[in-house]
Amino acid sequence: MSLRSSLAIARGLGSSKSGTEHWWAERLTAVALIPLTIWFVISLIAHLGAPYEEVRAWIGSPVTAVLMISLIVATFHHAQLGLQVVIEDYVHNEPVKIGALLVMKGLAFFLGLLGVFSVARIAFGG
Amino acid sequence: MASVERPLSPHLQVYRPQWTSVLSISHRATGIVLSVGGIPLVWWLVAAAGSKESYDAFAAVAGSIIGQLALFVWTVCLFYHLANGIRHLVWDTGNWLELESARKSGYAVVGLTVFLTVISWIAAYVAM
Repeated sequence: MSLRSSLAIARGLGSSKSGTEHWWAERLTAVALIPLTIWFVISLIAHLGAPYEEVRAWIGSPVTAVLMISLIVATFHHAQLGLQVVIEDYVHNEPVKIGALLVMKGLAFFLGLLGVFSVARIAFGG
Repeated sequence: MASVERPLSPHLQVYRPQWTSVLSISHRATGIVLSVGGIPLVWWLVAAAGSKESYDAFAAVAGSIIGQLALFVWTVCLFYHLANGIRHLVWDTGNWLELESARKSGYAVVGLTVFLTVISWIAAYVAM
């Protein structure tokens, strides 16, 4: 007789906290970042040394703004997923590990939001 | 002393570095560098969203010797992580997992990193 509830058996996660979501999200953002990164590097080279107004006009145009926001979201999501594994691998003290994860994830969230807000502000002419 | 000789996972202090293991840890190292590189990326956008003064301040730092050196390190890490990341995605499909193909695809990753870094910087200096 198993002491596990029907729901626990159906979820099939055993003692782990989650299934394959982390692994899958890391791959999904990785695939998205291939074209986004190539686009970003080429566009950046094309706008090197451009004056302030020109850079703002470029970032603020609809297609660029959406691509830039996609790049920021995918980059910071991918980065926090990767850094989480690094912290979990090397930090063995539980309170320190949880603290490090909270600070890292909070920073990634804040920086990503700051980037998205900045692009939106440029696009909406603030 | 354990009486049974159980297989142990490689211990860094005694395990000879190999081509594939060095590339493996480099993927993680470049990933960390690129995460830190997210800070100047956001600074650039915040500066552009601010004023002409804030943007010129960013441009001055980015254009300085130290700024260009940091950008160079960033491009090397970016192209390495990109190329090796594609190699990882191929592995996820169950391909290239044999020692020989892992070694060869590793050469391709390093070659591609050097190639993409060089042409990007040539393009950057031509464009400037």
